[in-house]
Amino acid sequence: MVRVQTEDFDPGGELEALIAGRTDVGASVSFVGHMRARNEDRDVETMTLEHYPGMAEKVLGELEAEAHRRWPLQASTIIHRVGPLKPGDRIVLVITASAHRQAAFEAAEFLMDWLKTKAPFWKKESGPTGDSWVSSRSADENAAQRWTASPKSK
Amino acid sequence: MKVLYFAWFRDRIGLAEEEINLDASGDQTVRDFIGDLVARGEGYSIAFEDMSVVHVALDMQEVDHDTLIGSASEIAFYPPFTGG
Repeated sequence: MVRVQTEDFDPGGELEALIAGRTDVGASVSFVGHMRARNEDRDVETMTLEHYPGMAEKVLGELEAEAHRRWPLQASTIIHRVGPLKPGDRIVLVITASAHRQAAFEAAEFLMDWLKTKAPFWKKESGPTGDSWVSSRSADENAAQRWTASPKSK
Repeated sequence: MKVLYFAWFRDRIGLAEEEINLDASGDQTVRDFIGDLVARGEGYSIAFEDMSVVHVALDMQEVDHDTLIGSASEIAFYPPFTGG
């Protein structure tokens, strides 16, 4: 399940909803990304998340499908917020559920690594020194490269 | 064709989207189209100054600069993604 929304989400509630009634799930992994008040030595008061409506949902759906092709997942959730956020706010949620923990851990990591480099979202930071668009990080690109061994990927 | 600009492309060009008619032949590449855009004014030439950070999607599918635009109905320009 994939959602892009301005509202906050409830990680515990989403996990409950995902595995409600299932008895085949032996492991679930939840990842929550939060907004920090400091980024690269700058104070950040507001961060605005922009997305490409339509393409963002499409790409997240493709990433979720790819995770299910690569690992034996029983269920998954990806929620990404857009709009203005404050320090401490939740930004993104990834939940993966599987019979055993290894698949759930790996798939959650894969989803976050690819989401950062392949899904059309952009962050703009606003603080005492003005507004600026966040630059992409080579560390994120390197993390995403780790998962390119699959014949499905480019 | 609908042309969309995201993040600092929108700031520099001063538009979120616009409608631009393409040559009917459909054999223009993304790179050719960017050349036409740059000729439209200073905001465009600033936005497309560093081609290494120009990312493009045709009908919501990311493509490289040598891809033919063909019959796409929507083209989007944006910098590298920074979500998550």
